[in-house]
Amino acid sequence: MAEVATQTAHQDGHHDHEEPSFWSKYVFSTDHKIIGFQYLFTGLAMAIIGGFFSYVFRMQLAFPGSSVPFYGVVSPAAYNMLITNHGTIMIFWVAMPVLIAALGNFLIPLMIGCDDMVFPKLNRLSYQIFLLSTIVLIASFFVPQGGFGGAWTSYTPLSAKAEYNGTPFGAPLWLLAVTLEIVAFLIGGINFITTTMNARAKGMKLYDIPMVVWMIVIASILFMASVGPLVAGAVMLFFDQVLGTSFFDPAAGGDPVLWQHLFWFFGHPEVYVVLLPAMGVVAEIMCTFARKKLFGYKMILYSSVGLGILSFFVWAHHQFISGVDPRAAYLFTTTTLLISIPVAIMLFAFIATLWGGSIKFNTPMLFAMAFLGEFLIGGVTGIWLGSSGVDVYLHDTYFVLAHFHYTFVPIAVIAVFAAIYYWFPKMFGRMMNDTWGKIHFWGTIIPFNGIFLPLFVLGASGQHRRIYNFQNFPDLASENFQDLRIFATGSLIVLILFQIPFFVNFIVSLKRGEKASRNPWKSNTLEWVAPSPPPHGNFGDELPVVYRGPYEYSVEDREEDYWPQNQPPQAAARS
Amino acid sequence: MAHQIIATSRSASGIPTGRLAVWWVVGSEIVIFGGLIAAYLLNRFLHGSWAQSAGHTSTLIGGINTFWLLTSSFFVVLAHAASEKRDIRTTRKFLWLTILLGGFFMLFKTYEYAVKIEGGYTLFTSNFWSFYYTATGLHGFHVLCGMVIMAIIAERDIKQGKNWHRVENIGIYWHFVDIVWIFLFPLLYIAK
Amino acid sequence: MAGHKHPSYFKIYIILLILFVISVAGPEIADIFHIEGATRLILILVTAFGIAIVKAYYVLAYFMHLKFEKIYAPYILLSMVALMAVFFFGVAIDIMKDDGHHWEKTYEEPLVAPGESGHHEDAGHAAEVTAHH
Repeated sequence: MAEVATQTAHQDGHHDHEEPSFWSKYVFSTDHKIIGFQYLFTGLAMAIIGGFFSYVFRMQLAFPGSSVPFYGVVSPAAYNMLITNHGTIMIFWVAMPVLIAALGNFLIPLMIGCDDMVFPKLNRLSYQIFLLSTIVLIASFFVPQGGFGGAWTSYTPLSAKAEYNGTPFGAPLWLLAVTLEIVAFLIGGINFITTTMNARAKGMKLYDIPMVVWMIVIASILFMASVGPLVAGAVMLFFDQVLGTSFFDPAAGGDPVLWQHLFWFFGHPEVYVVLLPAMGVVAEIMCTFARKKLFGYKMILYSSVGLGILSFFVWAHHQFISGVDPRAAYLFTTTTLLISIPVAIMLFAFIATLWGGSIKFNTPMLFAMAFLGEFLIGGVTGIWLGSSGVDVYLHDTYFVLAHFHYTFVPIAVIAVFAAIYYWFPKMFGRMMNDTWGKIHFWGTIIPFNGIFLPLFVLGASGQHRRIYNFQNFPDLASENFQDLRIFATGSLIVLILFQIPFFVNFIVSLKRGEKASRNPWKSNTLEWVAPSPPPHGNFGDELPVVYRGPYEYSVEDREEDYWPQNQPPQAAARS
Repeated sequence: MAHQIIATSRSASGIPTGRLAVWWVVGSEIVIFGGLIAAYLLNRFLHGSWAQSAGHTSTLIGGINTFWLLTSSFFVVLAHAASEKRDIRTTRKFLWLTILLGGFFMLFKTYEYAVKIEGGYTLFTSNFWSFYYTATGLHGFHVLCGMVIMAIIAERDIKQGKNWHRVENIGIYWHFVDIVWIFLFPLLYIAK
Repeated sequence: MAGHKHPSYFKIYIILLILFVISVAGPEIADIFHIEGATRLILILVTAFGIAIVKAYYVLAYFMHLKFEKIYAPYILLSMVALMAVFFFGVAIDIMKDDGHHWEKTYEEPLVAPGESGHHEDAGHAAEVTAHH
């Protein structure tokens, strides 16, 4: 019945306007799904660039001075540029666009049962600004004297003056790109929040909203609230770089540490901005494939709100060795240790969700479960770094690097893959190959640990993380350490090679994958009510009405083990 | 687009969508200006000499500019009142009066900058002046944006008698810009 | 907004103008009567900033109709302001210090009186002052 209604709606639509051209359909579309795809594909393309950068500098670390295949010899300036832009790309141009913008755009209107975002044109503007920022960033690699090399944190005074960083064009362009990207996500974020607050389906109460939508909205609020000082700081830093003011120059009365505060007041909540959507993705997948109700929906929700609030009180733990008052360090240590509590609550709630479920180990579920395990390692090592005393020793070593990769890789890689495998049928109307997905899964998880476990050892031995060539420091370059570095680099190459099956699987499934039904995973949330892939307007003429929460799996006295949110209660009585 | 978006007409929170978004815009602007003002205050408290620098700003021009903005806020709220009565002429009249006062503000601002630079106080004189130009410049940019958007609303929407809610939304933004000035004025001009 | 009773906009406008005059007058009075020290500080704080807050309240409550808005809107704005307070005090313990274990801020603000410095001396001037240290 609904199928027929959709068809007629589709035909009616064609009466009103001509068959849209390629440009108006895919490039200048205001449809939330298309904009989500634009973000997704831009993000994946940037991930390839960021991944390539990591390959180049890891090769330099493993075999210093030798020519890197596909790149050439890495100069010190190029090395700095590569690590800086690897970090920048992976956080601002991969994690943010894929986890927040792509998933948010694609999922929010579908999951809350409406036909589009509330501001479709603003949504398109947001992507266009983001695309502009991408172009500016890529352009900054090719300007004279090369791209910016002052780390993604862009600490002053190094970043503030061209005579220090040696990149008179690269540094301002980098800053401009980041600022544009922030503006794009501010616009997008306002759209997400307003859509969720206002455009929910009839009957959808606050506690009926799927977890991933909640998480994206909370993340957008966190982003918006934390990024303000950084925007002000970016304006100040831009003036320092381009005009020659001295906001952050101690020689002229400025304060370089002020930049660190402006940056980390945003930078730490930013971690949770990308973590929360990843948690939401994992929650959806766990419930669907364990056929269980989400354990402690409200508890998870309150924890994430608490996490968001606490995340504004921890930023100075990045600055324990920048001369922060020891009493302040004590305060920030306390809050940092406190913040592990809400995260732990969420992780335990997910584990409890699995308890007694009938678990189906397909690719999305494997990725979701790997997220829990790997993120746990990242979280637990954070406890050491959050303690100011230990941090003095471990700061800026490979231990820090391994720690945050154990948080960011689960977020930006594992959870993203989980999301892609899970929502691919809805996005493109076809299934991805599960066997190749599992090969991709093991080929990602094992080498990932192979890269970063050795780095914990290196860091605990005091190896500093910003060194271009360890051979220049004989006391650091012992043979054992070099072996570990080569092992890590080898693992990285294996990991990159195992992404090929993913991309092949992705492209082949787009064309020739098995056709997906409306609800291939037998899931409850509203996006599975729409056809796969959903047409313009998503649900056809009649938008769904919600009768219950999103996680009613394996309800007793019901024939089927799932209970879609939009199914009227009378249908239950009949079955 | 022929397809009418249903999402835009929903209002589960009870606040119309446009106005809700403007509140979030104002929220995000609060943290942007807040970060700048916090950075300024930290420096101001640390360096006693900044109070003397603040003595060199022109309270007279700052005061006149405050008057323009307060009055324009009054006009834009009158435009809102007229828009609720769906009165095209009065709404447009008050919107354009607001833009005119915004223009006065920008003119006086330009004059003030010129006098200051003439007197030797440039963006580079000291960090106080860097903050002075950055903060007032960022605020002036917001005034300018508000004027442009208001002109578009007056000419494209109100003239044709549609999208009446936009008058209230731009009004909220305009009042917010006014409030930023209410705080910048004592910070940079009158407290010395 | 219909159905709510609010005072006339003109009345609010007049109140704002009166507050504005007081806020400008306060520091001027301090100058004219040579009030110094703590009294001056309190006078300036109350007239300049205390009144700014009252003015902002009137604009927010009556011009922006926040008084009649759903409760979320003021909460959004208040929480943003509260965050800025968190930011300020978190940074203040660090930034508002003149010296630490291994460092000291020695920089003195150059005080340029009008006419004293040349028209075209800008960046060069600041740099020169720094070089003296």
